[in-house]
Amino acid sequence: MTLVLNEDQLMFRDAAKRFAAERAPISQLRELRDSHDPVGFKRDVWKEMAEMGWAGVLIPEEFGGFGFGFVGAGLIAEEIGRNLSATPFLSTAILGATALLKGGTSSHKETLLPQIASGEAIVALASDERTRHAPLSISATATSSAGKYTLNGRKLHVLDGHVADWLIVSARTSGDANARDGISLFLVNAKAPGVTITRMPIVDSRNAAYVELKDVSVSAEDLLGEVDKGATILEAVLDAGRAVLAAELLGVSSEAFERTLAYLREREQFGVKIGSFQALQHRAAHLFCEIELLRSVCLRALQALDAQEPSAARYVCLAKARASEVARIATNEAVQMHGGIGMTDEFDIGFFMKRARAAAETFGDAFYHTDRYAQMSGY
Amino acid sequence: MTAQPQTETPALEAFRREVRAWLEANCPPEMRQPVVDDSDVCWGGRNWKFKNEAQKVWLERMAERGWTVPEWPKEYGGGGLSKDEARILREEMAALNCRPPLTSFGISMLGPALLKYGSEAQKREHIPKIVRGEIRWCQGYSEPGAGSDLASLKTRAEDKGDHFLVNGSKIWTSYGDKADWIFCLVRTDFTAKKQEGISFLLFDMTTPGVSTRPIRLISGYSPFTQTFFDNVKVPKENLVGELNKGWTIAKYLLTHERNMIGGMGLGLRVGGTMTVGQLAVKNIGLANGRLAETALRTEIARFEMDAQAFALTMSRIQDEAKAGNETGAMSSMLKYYGTELNKRRAELMMSVSGTEGLKFSDTPSEGDLAPIWLRTRANSIEGGTSEIQLNIIAKNVLRLPSR
Ligand SMILES: Cc1cc2nc3c(=O)[nH]c(=O)nc-3n(C[C@H](O)[C@H](O)[C@H](O)COP(=O)(O)OP(=O)(O)OC[C@H]3O[C@@H](n4cnc5c(N)ncnc54)[C@H](O)[C@@H]3O)c2cc1C
Repeated sequence: MTLVLNEDQLMFRDAAKRFAAERAPISQLRELRDSHDPVGFKRDVWKEMAEMGWAGVLIPEEFGGFGFGFVGAGLIAEEIGRNLSATPFLSTAILGATALLKGGTSSHKETLLPQIASGEAIVALASDERTRHAPLSISATATSSAGKYTLNGRKLHVLDGHVADWLIVSARTSGDANARDGISLFLVNAKAPGVTITRMPIVDSRNAAYVELKDVSVSAEDLLGEVDKGATILEAVLDAGRAVLAAELLGVSSEAFERTLAYLREREQFGVKIGSFQALQHRAAHLFCEIELLRSVCLRALQALDAQEPSAARYVCLAKARASEVARIATNEAVQMHGGIGMTDEFDIGFFMKRARAAAETFGDAFYHTDRYAQMSGY
Repeated sequence: MTAQPQTETPALEAFRREVRAWLEANCPPEMRQPVVDDSDVCWGGRNWKFKNEAQKVWLERMAERGWTVPEWPKEYGGGGLSKDEARILREEMAALNCRPPLTSFGISMLGPALLKYGSEAQKREHIPKIVRGEIRWCQGYSEPGAGSDLASLKTRAEDKGDHFLVNGSKIWTSYGDKADWIFCLVRTDFTAKKQEGISFLLFDMTTPGVSTRPIRLISGYSPFTQTFFDNVKVPKENLVGELNKGWTIAKYLLTHERNMIGGMGLGLRVGGTMTVGQLAVKNIGLANGRLAETALRTEIARFEMDAQAFALTMSRIQDEAKAGNETGAMSSMLKYYGTELNKRRAELMMSVSGTEGLKFSDTPSEGDLAPIWLRTRANSIEGGTSEIQLNIIAKNVLRLPSR
């Protein structure tokens, strides 16, 4: 394995690049925001994305997928980041598909995975309960009786929750809040009695929701993986999401940076191009290095997930921390170096800063993953 | 930390077995210990005093196979290995903790430039001696008035028919008093644009008229000199490349120098073999499973994460180069980021060591941190400062306008 893309991957990336720019550009996100679109993305575009192989990127061919793996998913995510494409790619194709692949029964896989791959089914992960990411801190409960589980609790920051057909819900079947053991995962029909989903508009104009569960009845067959042992699956799902988000943030950073460079070459003050000011040149050059390092760690993390390496979690942690931080700096510098126009809503650059913030908060920011990395390193 | 290959061709597998067996049989046990101080690093040259017999034997055996410079062509004494073979050699040496048999400016700087720009006669004369560590080279670039603005250098070489007559002085010449030969930038055209009047000369440091004066550094060491040239006669055949075209060679050599210095960010083990995190746990201890000093813990983690990201980037750039993708512009990035990281590592090592790290004497002993910490400050100055690297990235990579 080398840290370069092969021919197939390059072709796949170029196709993704063209598609995202043509069919899901920033202007579309703006339009969805301004029209208060009830869905938050274009359903027909998601169908086209599915035809491109995006929805089934992680799903093996036997279940109707494309089987291009995490490196492939990262290539898509990078273009999504560059174009700020409104899409349920992360919720459904990454989190949903990974949960079912890792924990689903064969009947789940046979029925649901093809529906995901074809773009018909939207799946959302309803797990976080704390405003700061703390994945094992779960108080929602699942009590078992007569071959059924009854779920109660409240979930937040559920991506694409308000349009989901299915929810992947984490709940406690035993143990204290915060304990790793005792968490179980369930596949829940979003229309099931007792499920209330409330959309929460967020700063990046993408989709998030609260999910209330009140005496929701779930069949024992819809338990994903083993009872009490859901944390292992949950961690795999989160790491999949983190790695792909890191790749998306690489796209966000690169695009914001390139737009800024273009502005530095063109805008004049004091009778010269502002890009000739060394104060700006050095900040841009430093940022270039940070983005190059981000590119390396993203690719490595995605490769490690594909190869199921034991150290994959460490690489993912590294990637998500760096991506969150670099995107924060890149987008803030972008706004600053554009001056006043960077603060205007009419101009696109602010959209990148908003997305960088929201994606950083999702599944652990740089602080969270720096702490996690130190723990993994024994200090 | 680097990407391990999953599969290797049978030929490479066989090569790996052969290399391992050879290293096991030929690398003396003393040469499999971590490098602790400067005398463990073999620089070679006429006056080199081997620390022990093992250091000598190790150099001879490796030089015999050309493995002091694994990828240089066989015809000049190099190893003639492919990139993959050279990687395998590196990996196997690392696995057995083999020390590099030879470190020199001939290897990291002059050799690549001579191989590209030197005449056939120059290659035959100088390359084999670099391979075997017989001649130690120093770099005559900087002058008192020409540092970052190197092209403004004033040392002059006048054409006297069969030789050049060199007058002027260089400064910060690393190991100027230990080196046998110098590669030197001189002005040969005094009217042309500053970059277009520079030539690249080679000469013996024992030539009459060459003298050096050591300069002591803040670390206590005096590894470099001011170097004076007073009517030094240099034979015409010691001009590398064309007259007045030395700047191109000088810049090419600098990219190699920068890669070397940037790479030190990984290799140079400040304070033994422990990572900063491990040393911190040893010195400070844990509280509730976390390093007891939380602010320091965060800085250490940030550093180690950046260092790992940097190591992966070095691997990626090597892989890109192997795949034939353009990577030349990356040397400034590696130099800038690698040296800043190395400085951070040393700062953190000092912090983690507390007052113990402050020990300082005229004759530093093994494991003393302060001199190493002080030495690392130079990393972002030597070979072109960090600010200059950022200028280069802005101009050559990002294509930002200049005034
Ligand atoms: C340990 C060590 C070993 C060395 N070994 C050698 C050697 O073997 N051979 C050799 O020839 N040289 C050697 N050097 C010299 C080294 O290359 C120079 O010191 C270096 O290029 C800087 O030049 P200067 O010292 O004149 O600093 P100056 O160029 O005077 O720089 C002073 C400060 O100004 C900044 N600056 C200068 N120009 C700009 C600009 N355009 N934009 C922004 N900031 C700027 C610099 O970054 C620096 O911070 C060595 C130096 C050290 C420290």
